[in-house]
Amino acid sequence: MKEKQEKNSQLEKEDVTLFGLFLAFAKVGVMTFGGGYAMLPIMQRELVDKRGWVKDAELMDYFAIGQCTPGVIAVNTATFTGRKLKGVIGGLVASMGVVFPSLIIISIIAALIKNFAHIQAVQDALAGIRVCVCILIFNAVVKMWKNAVVDWITLIMFILILIASLFFDASPILMVVLAAIAGIIVKGRNDADKIKYGSDTKEQVVDDIAVTSDSREVKK
Amino acid sequence: MISLFLRLYYEFFKVGLFAIGGGMATVPFLQEMGKSTGWFSPGELADMIAVSESTPGPIGINMATYVGYVSGVRHGGAIEGILGSVIATVAIVTAPIIIILIIAKFLEKFRENIYVNAALYGLRTASVALIAAAGISIVLFSIFQVENVYDIGKAVIDYRCFILAAAILVVTRWVPKVKEWHPIIFIAISAAIGIIFHMSV
Repeated sequence: MKEKQEKNSQLEKEDVTLFGLFLAFAKVGVMTFGGGYAMLPIMQRELVDKRGWVKDAELMDYFAIGQCTPGVIAVNTATFTGRKLKGVIGGLVASMGVVFPSLIIISIIAALIKNFAHIQAVQDALAGIRVCVCILIFNAVVKMWKNAVVDWITLIMFILILIASLFFDASPILMVVLAAIAGIIVKGRNDADKIKYGSDTKEQVVDDIAVTSDSREVKK
Repeated sequence: MISLFLRLYYEFFKVGLFAIGGGMATVPFLQEMGKSTGWFSPGELADMIAVSESTPGPIGINMATYVGYVSGVRHGGAIEGILGSVIATVAIVTAPIIIILIIAKFLEKFRENIYVNAALYGLRTASVALIAAAGISIVLFSIFQVENVYDIGKAVIDYRCFILAAAILVVTRWVPKVKEWHPIIFIAISAAIGIIFHMSV
């Protein structure tokens, strides 16, 4: 195991080219169906096991942060890994690699759908698919709910944002900004006090957060 | 044409900056984009979600590529479509790449900062609430065929949609093993059912 790791760290310095980086992440892009946690095992195989570019724990960190920073998780993870191996240019190249297959595949499909959309069978199929999409979104909400709506404050926030967007067409950007501010005011001050007055250690607060950010679940 | 591309870049840059929590998080932003720009209809958005879920690649990127393509084609031809897809995709990753490159420099401090985590506490909730609202709009459009909540009185009641929705819900949530299947399978089955029962009429 240790030998393997040593070999890997040598690999890292000598053999990684920008093109290799691009290809590796293009492969991750092609093999990822769906996204989110679906691609974690694929990234583990391609980046940790096969190439030894990052360690498992690093990948978990990238994933947890990628999930709670703006943008697509796969791209965020690619940026992290690419930067680690080849600096800023590496980060850019790896990110481009991940999105490259999507560009080709989706452009072709979009063109096809455009040309066949008038056919009755295609319209019927799309009508069926739209019903399915409703349920897929519902399932995504249920999954995310468990980590997001954790107490009565978040429940109230959830209801307010839902009403504001559904009935008053509120801008989602405004909602995101307000929610971040509300989070800092409500929880940030609370946690800062806890640390200041020593009633709760910082480790515990950080631990709480680690659990809600789902990093534990991924490890399984 | 240039102004369309600039607008496309700007709109997707915003999505990349504010959509937090993965692919579905882009949906509420795209919904608003469709409304304010007229580049695509709510029905097209639902189709895009289905395509993005059932093709290789991260959902958020697939959505950006698709929307960029459709918007480009609407204002020109296939060439504009392809340019549009490239611009939208580059735009949606711009802000995240910059942010990650900055965060990567002080990874540990970022994870342990109480104010960052407090902001995330609010952001996660916003993300779910926005996706839930977008989901309800898509349900209204796809199943009840009304444009917004205020038109609920004009809802079309189509039992085929209800039965299909209920069946998928049960299967994807409560049937052991089957619920682990990839969404593409449920999408394919729904497409077949749509064709068999002529669901578009």
